[in-house]
Amino acid sequence: MQVTSSVRQPLVTGGKTYHDVTHDVSRQVEGKPSLAWFLAFLTAAGVLALGSIALIATLWEGIGMWGLNKTIGWAWDITNFVWWVGIGHAGTLISAVLLLFRQKWRTSINRAAEAMTIFAVICAAMFPVIHMGRPWLGAYWALPLPNTFGSLWVNFNSPLLWDVFAISTYFSVSLVFWYIGLIPDFATIRDRATGLRKTIYGALSFGWDGAAKTWMRYESVSLILAGLATPLVLSVHTIVSFDFATSVIPGWHTTIFPPYFVAGAIFSGFAMVLTLMIITRKVFKLEDYITMGHIELMNIVIIITGSIVGIAYITEFFIAWYSGVEAEQYAFINRATGPYWWAYWSMMTCNVISPQLFWFKKIRTSIVATFLLSLVVNIGMWFERFVIIVTSLHRDYLPSSWAMFYPTWADVGVYMFTFGLFFTLFFLFAKFFPVINMAEVKSVLKSSSEKAAK
Amino acid sequence: MERDTHFILGVYEDEDVLLHAVKEVRSTGVKIHEVYSPYPVHGLEHVLGYKRSRLPIAAFLFGMLGTSLALTMQFYMMKFDWPMIIGGKDFAAFPDFIPVSFEMTVLLAAFGMVGVFMVSSNLKPWAQPRIFDVRITDDKHVMAIDIANNSSMEVEKIKEILKSSGATEVNNKSFE
Repeated sequence: MQVTSSVRQPLVTGGKTYHDVTHDVSRQVEGKPSLAWFLAFLTAAGVLALGSIALIATLWEGIGMWGLNKTIGWAWDITNFVWWVGIGHAGTLISAVLLLFRQKWRTSINRAAEAMTIFAVICAAMFPVIHMGRPWLGAYWALPLPNTFGSLWVNFNSPLLWDVFAISTYFSVSLVFWYIGLIPDFATIRDRATGLRKTIYGALSFGWDGAAKTWMRYESVSLILAGLATPLVLSVHTIVSFDFATSVIPGWHTTIFPPYFVAGAIFSGFAMVLTLMIITRKVFKLEDYITMGHIELMNIVIIITGSIVGIAYITEFFIAWYSGVEAEQYAFINRATGPYWWAYWSMMTCNVISPQLFWFKKIRTSIVATFLLSLVVNIGMWFERFVIIVTSLHRDYLPSSWAMFYPTWADVGVYMFTFGLFFTLFFLFAKFFPVINMAEVKSVLKSSSEKAAK
Repeated sequence: MERDTHFILGVYEDEDVLLHAVKEVRSTGVKIHEVYSPYPVHGLEHVLGYKRSRLPIAAFLFGMLGTSLALTMQFYMMKFDWPMIIGGKDFAAFPDFIPVSFEMTVLLAAFGMVGVFMVSSNLKPWAQPRIFDVRITDDKHVMAIDIANNSSMEVEKIKEILKSSGATEVNNKSFE
């Protein structure tokens, strides 16, 4: 029973057989790494090493190394935190939400997108941890552990504590979801391998044998995890937005923040998935699996979420005016026309105007244009967080304490460190783990390929 | 003959042929040991007559445990053990406890269910699986029939049934 549609494009092109899927994905793991991979990996590791100088300096001297001052207590660190968490939203959205909506095109991109999620969340979590100043004591401040104060517990009324729970739950559940999906593919590599590799992938595959009963349970687990991860992914950025929304700072305490942050997170996450996927499909020759159809669909998600973000920016401005609260009105006028006008207008251009170019089919089906716009979106989303955080703080209630924020080399260096970490982890993943979920691609292959359907 | 050691394997190429084959083989009275596939075949569990997995129940129970633990912890710490006035709120500020309770629910439901899945399917790093055919994780579906479990039937007859149900190969496999 072959299902072919004259309307929908096939999910996998090139008339692949089941064995071709196994071969095309596994050979990346089995072969010697290419020169391109080595250069990319060494660059990432180099950035990591350079950035670690700034990280060590920050840990050694304290966060006085950063450009923070008495007016602006949150700047690059929290900007970077929110930016990375936002990027970390696409993976679980693709694997969980699209699974519930039965969007089968997710099968060839979910593995790498989830890996990206996990690495982005690791990078994100670093910032609040470093910002504690003495992170080795951080467990007492962040977790409800008994302590010598008999016990003075953590504050469950604080959104910062909710964040601790949200981010750590998100990280660990995403990790488990990702690993469950990897088990059958590790078994595939195990069964093709000999010697040491067989032992290693054998251990990683947890003794998977492909029995129908195990597959039945696997499917059940995937569905329930997707059902749990869907509200989870929405809750995480909602809670991140509470860090701002529950405060009394003009420009922060807006009720629109949760949905606006979630849309922004999906927006930037999909942009990062596109950046990485366009490189991965090229380097690993996976154009038949990550097709133009995938790129176009992700670009459509970018138009939708980009437009939601655009509407949110305008709504914020309107509500500030309509509220009649002078401080609120000033915060927004200052954003657009104050000393940080360039950050505001970079954000508006990158996030609101540039994604609208994807309405043109020529642009959203062009690899070069998509790649460039995906970078533009992530630059814009970084500026969004910077604008929200720094411009709301730098001119507070007392004009005598108005200040500007200037990043120091340590601010830049720690941000670089997370870039190095993210790409080092991603390149290691791309080399040693199957970058495409072979088992799931095989399960949708029959409707996509003549040879498999014969 | 010992149970669980000598098998006849029917190798199938196509999932739809496999689904029909399972029905056909079962209707002849042959007891199927298990079917192994490279990817989840929808409907296979129905034709094999497996009961629905009870993992969702495990997930629900673990989730409930998470909610109760989180609420108990927060009320104990904030209301009873060390009450403090924070923002003029009630000590037991229930709405503020919702986010952490939600996250703990998800955390325990996910980990609990996955834990049960690992245990019930015997998935662990040191597990040594019995590999009936290395192509199972590549592109072939394999129906395994335990000879000892079908002692009322001739081996040749079972092989015949498998062949006629669409198996492209019929092999023997024995484990130590």
